[in-house]
Amino acid sequence: MAKVLMKGNEAIAEAAIRAGCRHYFGYPITPQTELAAYMAKRMPKIGGVFLQAESEIAAINMVYGVAATGRRVMTSSSSPGVSLKQEGISYIAGSDLPALIVNVQRGGPGLGGIQPSQSDYFQATKGGGHGDYHLIVLAPCSVQEMADMTALSFDLADKYRVPSMLLADGTIGQMMEPVELPAPQEPVFEEKDWAVTGTKCQRPHHIVNSLYLVPEELEKKNFERFETYRSIEENEVRYEAFRMEDAEYCVVAFGIAARVAKNAIVAARNEGIKVGLIRPITLWPFPKKALADAAKQCKAFLSVELSMGQMIEDVKLAIDCSRPVQLCNRAGGMIPSPDEVLASIRELCRKAQQEV
Amino acid sequence: MTVFEKPKSLTDAELHYCPGCTHGIIHRLVAEAIDALGIEGRTIGVAPVGCAVMAYNYFACDMVEAAHGRAPAMATGIKRSLPDRIVFTYQGDGDLASIGMAETVHAATRNENITVIFVNNAIYGMTGGQMAPTSLPGQVTQTSPYGRDVATAGYPVKVAELLSGLDGPEFIARVAVNNVKNVNNAKKVIQKAFQNQIDGKGFSLVEVVSACPTNWGMTPQKALEWIDEKMIPYYPLGTYKDKSAAEEAAK
Repeated sequence: MAKVLMKGNEAIAEAAIRAGCRHYFGYPITPQTELAAYMAKRMPKIGGVFLQAESEIAAINMVYGVAATGRRVMTSSSSPGVSLKQEGISYIAGSDLPALIVNVQRGGPGLGGIQPSQSDYFQATKGGGHGDYHLIVLAPCSVQEMADMTALSFDLADKYRVPSMLLADGTIGQMMEPVELPAPQEPVFEEKDWAVTGTKCQRPHHIVNSLYLVPEELEKKNFERFETYRSIEENEVRYEAFRMEDAEYCVVAFGIAARVAKNAIVAARNEGIKVGLIRPITLWPFPKKALADAAKQCKAFLSVELSMGQMIEDVKLAIDCSRPVQLCNRAGGMIPSPDEVLASIRELCRKAQQEV
Repeated sequence: MTVFEKPKSLTDAELHYCPGCTHGIIHRLVAEAIDALGIEGRTIGVAPVGCAVMAYNYFACDMVEAAHGRAPAMATGIKRSLPDRIVFTYQGDGDLASIGMAETVHAATRNENITVIFVNNAIYGMTGGQMAPTSLPGQVTQTSPYGRDVATAGYPVKVAELLSGLDGPEFIARVAVNNVKNVNNAKKVIQKAFQNQIDGKGFSLVEVVSACPTNWGMTPQKALEWIDEKMIPYYPLGTYKDKSAAEEAAK
């Protein structure tokens, strides 16, 4: 199939439609609005539903409603809007429903700014709303991956009945790149044995619910859900390893930060520094084992992030603090240049050699 | 000959409501409407957060439990996914008129083809009797211990009046369930609110003036009288908006 030139936000929208999603609920917010605009244009032409909700809160609860009927459904927003959605996300997770939430991150906290950021890492990977739960979190680093991971996010959400989040950032959302779109799938609507579709007076009623007033029952639900999470951690970890074969130093970065880091790694290699990259593709489940294995051969780690340093905590945990982990970061909508990352790699290398 | 029986659309679960609470009557009226219209097998209900939080155990149709105030948004999602199903929400005053006001107004203005049963008992029941958006001026509650002071707490929200000012909604009415005559009328109006949805007419909301003897600190009998004495004068009963009837009359 021929490649087309598309914005990242539009690639998500088209990929979602091609993945059989016919229900989208959103609210305008920069830098993800192109996604909603694309859906507004396309959905009415293909018998789908686009609805501009009165708020992000309403949008996520409309998603909750569609998800309860067993159909593919999604919403998208950017950081401040995703904060508003957390209540609904917690309910969706607590009701064991599949759905896709897209966060095209911008700088924060508060209203922050409209430039790219990765500072919602904690919110995305640690639950985000109230209660014990996880989302499956995927982090694309190109327009192609925006498309590919949209389809994957739906599939994983359906497979495990766990909501998934595509954690992008304003850069990938806004930039245009050639993308090969997946072949369109027709929406399938199978009756699920948990969905609310009407009893047809032929079966006991289904209840979609996250309320369990008896603590023993709620505890049991939580334990069962974490069994599912364990199986996701075992089976769904995805990451990219770049120049890691002989690496003595390991850069860890995701999304747009990983692309900057790759340039810096190539430059560092030209200087004779044996450095590689592990790029988590699933932020949850986090590629713990890949990092633990890297710690066997690498002297030090560098976490490159568009935040004040959030993923770095998971890097330290994954390697059990067995190696020094440094942070190379910009925040508030700033992106480090390859030279800045290169300087941090040199510094990492220098410190590690001093320690020897 | 059977002279009295339980509606098919209610389960056998024992209701958890307090003695004298009128939720039981309203549940029954909703179930009777569903039975009368023969829609039990294609109806999906949305329970609120509040006293009726466990309504999902009582209605025999498929049910979901929404977040506080978000029932109209959730119902919108269900209806947009399954347009040929009958979708209703069952919400209290804190849920619908306070935290969920935005969802209520926007579902109404979109004329979302759903039925909303709005139970107004002028108090937060489940949390133990706090001031509601519909608590009357001067009404003593746990969070208005000296009586609702309109200078600081503002005035009660008149939901039927408010929503009937919008162009969107099809049908807005207020009924009460404090005596036989009012219950019989409420039954007709609730059934109409479901019939409207079957006919594809759009957003139909029935505000039901209801009693909360426990948190009002009254006997059940006194609470029903208080509805006549205090509630109905502030919340007059009647049909506030009936778009199809108005269009018919204009022809």
